[in-house]
Amino acid sequence: MKVEIKTAQFDPWSELASHTSEHLNHKIGACSTFVGTMRDFNEGKTVDTMTLEYYPGMTEKQLDQIVQSQISEHQLEDALVIHRVGEINPGEPIVLVATWSAHRKQAFDACRAIMEALKHNAPFWKKEQTDQGQHWVEKNTAG
Amino acid sequence: MHITVKFFASLKEQFDQAELDLELDSNQLTVSDVWQHVSKTDNMPANVLSAINLEYAQADQSVKDGDEVAFFPPVTGG
Repeated sequence: MKVEIKTAQFDPWSELASHTSEHLNHKIGACSTFVGTMRDFNEGKTVDTMTLEYYPGMTEKQLDQIVQSQISEHQLEDALVIHRVGEINPGEPIVLVATWSAHRKQAFDACRAIMEALKHNAPFWKKEQTDQGQHWVEKNTAG
Repeated sequence: MHITVKFFASLKEQFDQAELDLELDSNQLTVSDVWQHVSKTDNMPANVLSAINLEYAQADQSVKDGDEVAFFPPVTGG
């Protein structure tokens, strides 16, 4: 299991390949991934850039708890979460969630569950710079 | 009782500070009491979340000497 917060741009596919090659496990039959990327629009406004704030200490702890919980619930072989903080531009990855399990159902279900729990519980806050000024995002999109 | 209070996101801007140290006379305080002290208002709004020592906390949860109490808006990561 790996949970990491990154302050600079990252390539989710390279991270996935690295993690996979470092954790070879022939019990794994399935891998499910989610990559969240910054859009250039939100709630009817054009978004030029975004700053993502977090709570050092608590954010990592919450992410660890979320991932550990899903590993147990879905009998995962492994899980990986990487999340950006700092200034992010449209098209750049914000978050990577990957789950590995023996069979596909557990990998699919856990990947979604980790992402939803992250969006509802992990201490991150987005501030958008739009064509109408700066503002804090107040709620998540429906998904 | 000595506690550290931290603010994040829009609350950090609202209070114009990220962190402050409080010395409070009472030995029996809740998260809500701390909010009332720092905000000079009566009630903690429903959209203000809190944590004690890096764990989510309820408004009526007790605070003890040495705790770190954080206030922040609903989270929007991912």
